Amino acid sequence: MYNFDVEMPTTIADAVAALGREEAQPLSGGQTLIPTLKARLAAPSVLVSLHGIPEMKGVCKNDAGQVCIGGATTHATVAADAAADYPALASLAARIGDPAVRNRGTIGGSIANNDPSACYPAGVLASGATIVTNSREIAADDYFQGMFDTALEEGEIVTEVKFPVPEAAHYEKHLQPASRFPLVAVFVAKFADGVRVAVTGASENGVFRWTEAEEALSANFSADAVAGLKADGSEMISDLHGSGTYRAHLVGVMTKRAVAAMG
Amino acid sequence: MPKDHGIGASSKRREDVRFLTGEGNYTDDINVNGQAHVFFLRSDIAHGTLNSVDTSAAEGMPGVVKVFTGADFEAVGSVPCGWQVTDKHGEPMQEPRHPVLAHGKVRHVGEPIAAVVAETLEQARDAAEAIVVDITDLPAVVDMKEAVKADAPKVHDDLTSNLCYDWGFVEENKGAVDAAFEEAAHVTTLELVNNRLVANPMEPRVAVGDYARGTGDHTLYTTSQNPHVIRLLMGAFVLGIPEHKLRVVAPDVGGGFGTKIFHYQEEAFVTFAAKACNRAVKWTSSRSEAFMSDAHGRDHVTKIELALDKDNNFTALRTDTYANMGAYLSTFAPSVPTWLHGTLMAGNYKTPLIYVNVKAVFTNTVPVDAYRGAGRPEATYQLERLIDKCAHELKVDPIKLRRQNFVMEFPYATPVAVEYDTGDYVATMDKLEEMADIAGFQKRREASEAKGKLRGFGVNCYIEACGIAPSNLVGQLGARAGLFESCTVRVNATGGLVVMTGSHSHGQGHETSFSQVVADMIGIPEEMVEIVHGDTANTPMGMGTYGSRSLAVGGSAMVRATEKIIAKATKIASHLLEASESDVELKDGAFTVAGTDKSVAWGDVTLAAYVPHNYPLEEIEPGLEETAFYDPSNFTYPSGAYACEVELDPETGQVTVERFSAADDFGNIVNPMIVTGQVHGGLAQGIGQALLENCAYDSDGQLLSASYMDYAMPRASDLPFYDVDHSCQTPCTHNPLGVKGCGEAGAIGSPAAVVNAVLDAMRSGGKDVEHIDMPVSPNRVWEAMNG
Ligand SMILES: Cc1cc2nc3c(=O)[nH]c(=O)nc-3n(C[C@H](O)[C@H](O)[C@H](O)COP(=O)(O)OP(=O)(O)OC[C@H]3O[C@@H](n4cnc5c(N)ncnc54)[C@H](O)[C@@H]3O)c2cc1C
Repeated sequence: MYNFDVEMPTTIADAVAALGREEAQPLSGGQTLIPTLKARLAAPSVLVSLHGIPEMKGVCKNDAGQVCIGGATTHATVAADAAADYPALASLAARIGDPAVRNRGTIGGSIANNDPSACYPAGVLASGATIVTNSREIAADDYFQGMFDTALEEGEIVTEVKFPVPEAAHYEKHLQPASRFPLVAVFVAKFADGVRVAVTGASENGVFRWTEAEEALSANFSADAVAGLKADGSEMISDLHGSGTYRAHLVGVMTKRAVAAMG
Repeated sequence: MPKDHGIGASSKRREDVRFLTGEGNYTDDINVNGQAHVFFLRSDIAHGTLNSVDTSAAEGMPGVVKVFTGADFEAVGSVPCGWQVTDKHGEPMQEPRHPVLAHGKVRHVGEPIAAVVAETLEQARDAAEAIVVDITDLPAVVDMKEAVKADAPKVHDDLTSNLCYDWGFVEENKGAVDAAFEEAAHVTTLELVNNRLVANPMEPRVAVGDYARGTGDHTLYTTSQNPHVIRLLMGAFVLGIPEHKLRVVAPDVGGGFGTKIFHYQEEAFVTFAAKACNRAVKWTSSRSEAFMSDAHGRDHVTKIELALDKDNNFTALRTDTYANMGAYLSTFAPSVPTWLHGTLMAGNYKTPLIYVNVKAVFTNTVPVDAYRGAGRPEATYQLERLIDKCAHELKVDPIKLRRQNFVMEFPYATPVAVEYDTGDYVATMDKLEEMADIAGFQKRREASEAKGKLRGFGVNCYIEACGIAPSNLVGQLGARAGLFESCTVRVNATGGLVVMTGSHSHGQGHETSFSQVVADMIGIPEEMVEIVHGDTANTPMGMGTYGSRSLAVGGSAMVRATEKIIAKATKIASHLLEASESDVELKDGAFTVAGTDKSVAWGDVTLAAYVPHNYPLEEIEPGLEETAFYDPSNFTYPSGAYACEVELDPETGQVTVERFSAADDFGNIVNPMIVTGQVHGGLAQGIGQALLENCAYDSDGQLLSASYMDYAMPRASDLPFYDVDHSCQTPCTHNPLGVKGCGEAGAIGSPAAVVNAVLDAMRSGGKDVEHIDMPVSPNRVWEAMNG
């Protein structure tokens, strides 16, 4: 690690002000950022901790019936506190990493990082959630812009994510054996006006919506409806753990299984 | 009734009290007053000409004590190789120089180029970033078969090629073997890869060098399985320090699995630098460094063929193996694919004719050396996969084919130089069949199929040569070391014992099991025996722990030393009892005159030895301390039969191990609980190799699996509850305890059982796949099933 200063603001406003300092970077759970710093792959001069900001923490339900999760809420808290209102999302959070990761890592950190194999981006995109920042609201469809790339501007922080609650949803995850991140995972959310299917782990462009499956499922919500569908393998990640062709195949299997699990 | 103490009892591991309460004393816990820290700048290029290393900016950085490059080590010896293999033409292997810091060229990613010694590790790292290294890239040599082609780039310019040796075994039998293949009724051929592994002990390597200018004494604290070997190799061959001026301490060591046997350049560096800087120098490997600097394991590419007569008797076996040495010869690397592999090719079978060819190849990768089982897992895997393939081709039951060809009479001289003293392969197979509930398999398969899964069953037999090894024999085979073991038993005045062993414990539980043996021999509580190991200053010259040799060889030395103690104590007792020595016997901690109630306690005798008032001083010396060296007359040959049952998801290719049964014959057993634990650990590593672990390089020599993000270690949830049995016991005939060794069996005997089970599952799903390479990843299974 290189040397850096740490700021510990207690309000969003103070955090945003602190992020105005030269080469400042937000630090949330640190489960991605700290290993990066230890490997000397990043050299921020100021880390602005989001850990002590009460208004960025917790799970609640707003008047519109949305489940609202503070940007600095840990995976463990979501797993416990969203279980009643949005069980599929709670289950996604409960399966991220290990207990240590879940008790430090946060939803804001996860979707700001937008790892192409991260879990939350699939849940956020499939739910059609809204990402709330210190300055605006961004629709999930506009937020994820490719591998490790989002709509966030320099110094902008995710303060909250608002999830419309689908009639039914399920997150199906096939593990990469070493990291136990998804090799491919699919989040299927069924709303009154249609089905949304988001895929993570598979594409070189990060999380994406599988529109063919969405159309098929919106017309006929059954595992059979997607059984014959093949995802396009051309821009899939190909690595030690799985070829692009294999990943494309898994997209179909995970989608079918998610639908089957929703009964 | 199971015993509650002594030999045969499952005494609790006394060392675990300190390990589990954070009271262990590992090398990283050792901090010498005034120590500095070293950071190694390592090559991120696999192969290149090292034009220059400019350290001028780094030298002026805050906290920097001294910066070293390859030039500082020109006058220093090469990191030595401890085994010279002779090739099939009778020529010695090609042996390149192995510098402490790279000089002239870099030859693998991770090779140290420069070293910065500074007040803190972070300062050393900062300064290392200021070193300017100029390297001209050369094409990397990665694939072994490409490496031996005439026009391949050379890893070592001063060698004639990348071929370290071309070994034929037994060369004189080659003609007869080939002739047997001509006459065979059936020949089965299989080509396979034994995947490269990273050992990954929980504790990474650490080395602390210390130097006392006033006396000229060097001390090296290091994570080693064999401190005396390190002292000899580093002192005599690298740094020129006589052994009486060099102490090597390997305190608590958190797992070795072979990779901590070897002498590494970081050890030589800290020892050298401590004198050059006149202060202690400490290095603690990061996990990332461990991936690219700890010797890797396995990495064989093999073609194996089996010839059978019309009655399905094995008539000949022929193998052709490429073995990766990596960029340099690690300490025992040349012996692994030859004497630890070729000699095991008979397996449990009476195949009369065997020929083994091994080409050892230099590549631009991390050196490869012994890893749990070393050579024997590679031998077992190819043989047991081949037999399964053969059974399938012949449409006979794989267990029946094995049974038909088992060695039945002992001693048995194999056609590959070794002689099995004892064994009973039928007994372990019988036991296995019972444990594995073969009768119930069909029901379990149907249950899996009802869930849309496939289920497969696979077996594997193994023998291994442990208790390494008769020194005169290994000397003939090229070992540059003896392989005896030593022990000093010191009895204190009040009767307690300190047992100083040349074996080293790094997880095996010697402090418990060794105490059980000595306590049992004397008839005193185990708590009266203390085991000391790991420090050249207070143990006799010993060869350390690997090759499942500690109890078989080190334990035998301990028994011999204890016998000497008992003999002398009996003399003293007979004096005290005023009886003839031949009438005095030691039982339950007391010396008794046979047929009388006259006796004297152990403690009274030991006290007399040190307070020799009433003592036969004219006949024997005072004191009670004895040393023994034990050199085994043969290897030991543990054996067993393993069965694996897997479930396979045909849609994703995911394989899960549902049942695993292991029936082992380890000869006599000192502590059944510890033996069970050793088998459990070995199975985890064997199943890990079969399903998960994959050390992979790309064609540029970049390590693709360089962290736990990509190198899959087996986790508890990847493994079933094992069914482990070691009730089949044919005691070793040539060591005093009748023990054979159990540390490596699990890793040797499991991979083929897993792969055989996977192929069986695929066949049940209508896919007759001839072979699938390890690790059997979901992607590979899916491709095999849909290809
Ligand atoms: C062993 C291990 C296993 C894991 N397994 C999984 C898994 O299975 N699935 C999965 O999805 N993830 C997994 N993760 C990642 C984990 O979920 C991380 O917690 C997450 O990716 C990052 O969240 P964090 O709060 O730790 O963010 P940090 O590490 O603190 O930050 C990550 C990045 O986001 C920025 N950032 C943080 N918070 C905000 C914010 N509110 N607004 C804007 N920018 C912000 C930071 O500046 C940094 O660039 C794993 C991690 C580990 C170490």
